[in-house]
Amino acid sequence: MAILVIAEHDNSSLKGATLNTLASAAQIGGDIHLLVAGSGCEAVAQEAAKAEGVGRVLCVDAPIYEHQLAEDVALLVAECGRDYSHILAPATTNGKNLMPRIAALLDVAQISDITAVENENTYRRPIYAGNAIATVQALDPIQVITVRGTGFDPVSASGGNAEVQMLSAASAAGLSRFVGEELAQSDRPELTAARVVVSGGRGLGSGENFAILEKLADKLGAAVGASRAAVDSGFVPNDMQVGQTGKIVAPELYIAVGISGAIQHLAGMKDSKVIVAINKDEEAPIFQVADYGLVADLFDAVPELEQKL
Amino acid sequence: MKVLVAVKRVIDYNVKVRVKADNTDVDLANVKMALNPFCEIAVEEAVRLKEAGAATEVVVVSIGPKACQEQIRTALALGADRGIHIETDTSPESLSVAKLLAKVVEQEQPGIVILGKQSIDSDNNQTGQMLAALTGMPQGTFASKVSVIDGSLNVTREVDGGLQTLALKLPAVITTDLRLNEPRYAKLPDIMKAKKKPLEVKTPADLGVELREHTRLLKVEAPATRQAGIKVASVDELVEKLKNEAKVI
Ligand SMILES: Cc1cc2nc3c(=O)[nH]c(=O)nc-3n(C[C@H](O)[C@H](O)[C@H](O)COP(=O)(O)OP(=O)(O)OC[C@H]3O[C@@H](n4cnc5c(N)ncnc54)[C@H](O)[C@@H]3O)c2cc1C
Ligand SMILES: Nc1ncnc2c1ncn2[C@@H]1O[C@H](COP(=O)(O)O)[C@@H](O)[C@H]1O
Repeated sequence: MAILVIAEHDNSSLKGATLNTLASAAQIGGDIHLLVAGSGCEAVAQEAAKAEGVGRVLCVDAPIYEHQLAEDVALLVAECGRDYSHILAPATTNGKNLMPRIAALLDVAQISDITAVENENTYRRPIYAGNAIATVQALDPIQVITVRGTGFDPVSASGGNAEVQMLSAASAAGLSRFVGEELAQSDRPELTAARVVVSGGRGLGSGENFAILEKLADKLGAAVGASRAAVDSGFVPNDMQVGQTGKIVAPELYIAVGISGAIQHLAGMKDSKVIVAINKDEEAPIFQVADYGLVADLFDAVPELEQKL
Repeated sequence: MKVLVAVKRVIDYNVKVRVKADNTDVDLANVKMALNPFCEIAVEEAVRLKEAGAATEVVVVSIGPKACQEQIRTALALGADRGIHIETDTSPESLSVAKLLAKVVEQEQPGIVILGKQSIDSDNNQTGQMLAALTGMPQGTFASKVSVIDGSLNVTREVDGGLQTLALKLPAVITTDLRLNEPRYAKLPDIMKAKKKPLEVKTPADLGVELREHTRLLKVEAPATRQAGIKVASVDELVEKLKNEAKVI
């Protein structure tokens, strides 16, 4: 029994989520192969070979995989994945886009967002915005799974010494073409990997007002997140949304500012170790999950907090 | 061009669901049900394509028990032209849903199929991608902007790093993200009119699909609850607690 893990990367470096997925693979048990499909991605393959627990790196370096379009990568994995018992990828937007397509090509189910491994075919995963935890058994010969990073502590990025095997590209699907992208530029830590996250909601009132959160975040070395309402109102871009249908975070410290605490938001942050809520409405549901709640106007409290740290 | 929209009946998003005492599933008895919010966005997008002259007909399909017809009627009230209900005892797994939808695609030959990115009950986020694979179509998932340009479809997608735009060959599958549009409210006359719109009922057997079990739900439990926290009286107290009690700063 061998497990194929699909690496998350941008052709220049391996993304941290891959290390959490490798940890889940180690819990399932068996030989672990890591697939790096990209273009000009040799550095990623070298990095992947050092990750703890990786037995072999499969590297497919071809122009058609430059943007890892699901139509093309799925054809590749449906071909080279047939001999594995499990195919795993991080539950990132990439993984979520790709894995169901692979599963359907293999005529097997896909299990989304696992947070725990019970045994080699049984997993736990949150459903209903995390208001219930399902234990699900896979019955298919190949199990195609996406892994929620917050459920598994990452394996070490170093210490491994796997062989890198080059594979040739599969045929091109010829269905989709990359047109362009607008990627957020930030010097702050990545939201899903940050030790501290400061998030703002509708209470911030405007995009400009997010500056007071950014100041606080800079002081704490934190990432900045947001509620759906803050994104929908155009205060901040979509990649900052935390929640059931956004990013899932579980930092050491989560500070929710001007966020009411709707179940969809809680779904994305309630596994944080320590939660602080700052809200002027003492009845706000966010206080039900907060370890420390401060009933105050955020425009007074946040600058004061930043000063006093 | 015809647009096909898949809609699912799910728990209303405002309801906090409870787990059954015997841990077999969640308790949906007497719970308010609704159109999955992402499906509402899908219907709205299809209707806008029709209003803009890019589409000629909007067909909605839902799979599940008879009660799904309520959600099909909701979609018809929002502007869809006709409905298809594929009747099953329970809502099937995503792969089975995708197989049934693939048959409907074969029969209806739509130019665009729009689904929600995610059901808010199973939180699967799978069906659109599976349907695209089964029908050999390209997929524009998590769409926040869609435009038909020279016979191809440009889709802007919400991805972890920001936004990505793809050009897809038609026919294509789209799954909706929250920012694609803001769905309208159905007006009373439209709700009345929707009752008269055609709604065809089929079974999986009619479509020649045999539903298989690919996964088994062994247990459903309530999540771990958090210890109730405290309210602090001032920023000073907050800083003190974070430093000395929680030791996180
Ligand atoms: C299908 C679906 C998916 C969703 N997915 C997500 C998701 O992934 N993530 C997400 O976050 N939401 C999601 N939502 C939306 C969710 O239901 C809520 O609408 C949203 O989280 C509310 O955001 P908010 O708390 O910022 O705004 P509000 O609920 O409007 O709360 C604003 C809060 O700010 C406080 N406030 C205002 N001014 C001040 C001030 N000066 N000082 C201090 N406090 C102040 C108010 O007391 C209030 O509590 C989803 C909804 C649906 C239907
Ligand atoms: N039973 C169903 N009937 C019709 N459409 C469905 C059904 N289940 C899922 N879908 C569609 O697939 C989307 C994604 O669902 P899921 O993959 O279950 O998260 C939904 O938003 C619907 O558009």
